Amino acid sequence: MQTIPDTAALAAEAGSTGRFGHELEEVVVERLEEVAEGVRRLTLRTLDGSEFARWEPGAHIDLVLPDHVRQYSLCSPLADRSRLQVSVLHTRDSRGGSRYVHQGLAEGDVIRINGPRNNFPFVDSRKYLFIAGGIGITPILPMIEAAEAAGREWRLAYGGRSRASMAFADELVERYGDRILLFPEDEVGRIDLEGLLALPRAKMLVYACGPEPLLRVIEDYCMGWPPGVLHTERFVAASLDAGASSEPFEVELTQTGTTVTVTPDQTVLEAVEAQGVRVLSSCRGGICGTCETRVVSGEVEHRDAILSEDEKQFGDSMMVCVSRAAAGCPKLVLDL
Amino acid sequence: MTVTMTPTSVVSLPDDPFTLENISNPYPLHEKLREAGPVVWLEKHGCYAVTRYEWVYEILTDFESYCSSGGLGPKDIRKEAEWRPPSILESDPPTHTVMRRGLAGVISPSTMRRLREQFAPFAEELAEEVAGRGEVDGIVDIAERYPLKVFPDAVGLRPDGRENLLPYGSMVFNAFGADNDIRAAAFEEGERVAAWIMDSCERENLTTTGLGADIWKVADEGRIEPQQATLLVRALLSAGVDTTIFGIGNTLYNLARHPEQWEKLKAKPQLAKFAVDEALRLESPFQMFHRTSTVDTEIGGVHIPADSKVLLFMGAANRDPRKWGEDADVFDLDRNASGHVAFGMGLHQCVGQPIARAEIELMLQALIKRVDRIEPTGEATPWIHNVLRGFARMPLRLVPKA
Repeated sequence: MQTIPDTAALAAEAGSTGRFGHELEEVVVERLEEVAEGVRRLTLRTLDGSEFARWEPGAHIDLVLPDHVRQYSLCSPLADRSRLQVSVLHTRDSRGGSRYVHQGLAEGDVIRINGPRNNFPFVDSRKYLFIAGGIGITPILPMIEAAEAAGREWRLAYGGRSRASMAFADELVERYGDRILLFPEDEVGRIDLEGLLALPRAKMLVYACGPEPLLRVIEDYCMGWPPGVLHTERFVAASLDAGASSEPFEVELTQTGTTVTVTPDQTVLEAVEAQGVRVLSSCRGGICGTCETRVVSGEVEHRDAILSEDEKQFGDSMMVCVSRAAAGCPKLVLDL
Repeated sequence: MTVTMTPTSVVSLPDDPFTLENISNPYPLHEKLREAGPVVWLEKHGCYAVTRYEWVYEILTDFESYCSSGGLGPKDIRKEAEWRPPSILESDPPTHTVMRRGLAGVISPSTMRRLREQFAPFAEELAEEVAGRGEVDGIVDIAERYPLKVFPDAVGLRPDGRENLLPYGSMVFNAFGADNDIRAAAFEEGERVAAWIMDSCERENLTTTGLGADIWKVADEGRIEPQQATLLVRALLSAGVDTTIFGIGNTLYNLARHPEQWEKLKAKPQLAKFAVDEALRLESPFQMFHRTSTVDTEIGGVHIPADSKVLLFMGAANRDPRKWGEDADVFDLDRNASGHVAFGMGLHQCVGQPIARAEIELMLQALIKRVDRIEPTGEATPWIHNVLRGFARMPLRLVPKA
């Protein structure tokens, strides 16, 4: 589920074609249901009873509401193209979208939608870990359905304020049993992210959707994971810091006498190994400490789970399998 | 979960990895199992055997589908009690997380700098002695003596009763294999030895400056329970001795049999850590243990029901030609052995790994300084052990540098 900022332009476009080049489509609100405390599910059908376009897990549609356009993840069964479903949380600080859905909308109303479109594509993998916070469960539902249909191994960790506020929790548990780990905060506390994400697993992708603070913590835990493992979708477009990972940097190797460029999709270890420089390493995930390398100069963004805070502050060594140059530091000089 | 594909039926074999023959030379069986399929059913033991690197790695890192709380031995200790209270090796998150975090602070990079300094003098002393003697037993005179001195000192163990360490390690590791005569022999003095170990882990029996005392400080800070401190000290004592002995022995074994590699090492002593890593890959001290599946799952298209025992062959994975190439059986200092699973992988990867590596490397560095050639003067005698790979005797001639 995702909300984009209001755009008057988009509302103006509503009469012709949509923002993504699709035709805006008029649909009828067939059903409105309360699926959890403060969560309303909308079931939409085409006016002429025809099928909707094919869509993939992770897709969303725009709902064109009076004065607002909002994006909501599709959470209906993939195979049933006769209807689309989205679920909307009634947020207190709503800028109007969710309030309208909860208070202004009635069954039988005709509204306009745009899409489906997918910013959160579901990549094939042998295993998945799904993490949902609150209404973030919505894009995860079709992913679970797809993973299950393909015979993939998966688990869902689903957290919310209370059991009553967690949409679809009961159905999920009933259907999938102990693949579902529920974390109603008032009963068991928050999702055990440390337990889930303390270290990467082979061939497992992580799909997470939920409020910004949850996603931030998840990203922190996954810092040392291989690139491309973590997929997140945010409610609000994130303004992440310019992470060190997004910039190439250089490492000068004092023993070897060469300088190597580390691209954003490479680790320091991979970059120096590609130049034929030998570094002893083992887990390649920042856990075992085998590749510890002395830092002669430069500022490091430490992403390992070994060095203590003091050791990180001191900064005279780094785990080259996961750690990188800090943002704004163009070059590390290493004792290699 | 629903497996929509039709499960491939599993290859079933009568072989027993725990016979004297297979223990003395495990590699022909490893090859047979690896080539038979990604997973094989071992009829004699009623468990699955996984030998290919890809799958051993995957299972080691998937602690949710393959738990440790079922025990590393053939029994499911969630259902049937084991001979001792479960260790960190036999725990899953969140219990494991707490204990692991407690240990991580104790065996940190700064600890290692201190330990290396502490470990170095005895390596030099021992190397000087054996190089002067010439004819030695690589196990009795070097591989056993070095860790048996420096490691218990580092933990802060009392001096008396240290002869219990090897019998205890033997019990712990043999129990990860079949319930056979080898295991029974290891348990002959079980109760007395286990009682001495548990007693030695108590705070009042440890020095105030060792790793043991550091673990108790973690308990003082409330980060682990006092009984967890006892178990963590016990884990160090049980896991840190035999394996390192075999690590040193197996490194010497390979270097003695590959004089050209020894020459390379003499020319470039900074390669010592790579020699150690390659020896650990090729002749892995910890060869096998079990995991227990928690859900219906699959290995290479073969359906594995929940609550199955899966025997992982780290020693076979470390020689899998799919991962290491056609020369996987060759000892080669120039090989990148990174990613081998001799210390396990994932959540339970050996926390004492840097200590073991430091001990083996320091001993080797001290020998490189003094020894021109290492020559085998007879066959090495395999140590008969259910899951550890090493030697009991290894006659060697050390030709000192001129």
